[in-house]
Amino acid sequence: MIPLSWYMTLAAILFCIGVCGFLTRRNVIIMFLSIELMLNGVNLNLVALSHFLDSLRGQAFTFFIITVAAAEAAIGLGIAIALYRSRRTVHVDTINQLKG
Amino acid sequence: MFLQIFFGYCALMIIASGILAISLRNPVHCVLMVLVLFFHMAGLYLTLNAEFLAAVQIIVYAGAILVLYLFVLFLVSLREELHLDAFIPNAWVGRIIAVGLALALVYVIPAFTLGEKGTWSTAAINELTHTKAMGQEMYTTYLLPFEIAGLILLVALIGGLVLARRDEGQIEEVETPSDQKPRSQADPKEVTL
Repeated sequence: MIPLSWYMTLAAILFCIGVCGFLTRRNVIIMFLSIELMLNGVNLNLVALSHFLDSLRGQAFTFFIITVAAAEAAIGLGIAIALYRSRRTVHVDTINQLKG
Repeated sequence: MFLQIFFGYCALMIIASGILAISLRNPVHCVLMVLVLFFHMAGLYLTLNAEFLAAVQIIVYAGAILVLYLFVLFLVSLREELHLDAFIPNAWVGRIIAVGLALALVYVIPAFTLGEKGTWSTAAINELTHTKAMGQEMYTTYLLPFEIAGLILLVALIGGLVLARRDEGQIEEVETPSDQKPRSQADPKEVTL
């Protein structure tokens, strides 16, 4: 039997890897990917807790998180394509038009 | 004993491929590393008696979401990528923040105590099979969130179509210079970040 604290430690480490990737990388797509890593860390925590609490609540929540992650990926990558298409002819270095 | 070894293997692979995924230069390699990570996450779900979620993890995450990422990576030419200013100017500050957060989280884990137990014990789930138990929960207790999730997917579908659609006026000015450009620049060896 694997203790619960192992799962929670692994989930915390995975979440922090995602945070690190989000803070340090500059590529938009890799930043989205880091968000997926963070969501996976949370998912692991929820599934482990729902197993150790004899409840299906956490697993239902994980199911919805996966759904929302799919929607988020579709929208985010659509925005990335739209950005790329509109700025392709100019020098693509920094996207700071919304900074005001 | 076998379970512990399996957990150790999965945890090692998850941490290693996660660190590689955020540190490799080539974005395609990053996505492939995340693919490895998702497969091992599915393995961990199996050790937690969540077979349905393991299957969903592989089918939806590895099969759909990561393939979408790969498509977009190949569509957006690899050399002139989309760059944002990083939130933190110095990468080391970001790393220190992440490590500090990890240490803080791991430090508080021993203080965690479990709440009261629910009704779905492992034996009850095994008797009914996991998929059936999830379906029962999903269509009774979580019926409204389930419908809202369907609505969110519909919104994402329409939003993705609208965002990725090419405007009528853009076609002439965009297509002529772009036709040769991405193909000559698609060499993955020349990725600059």
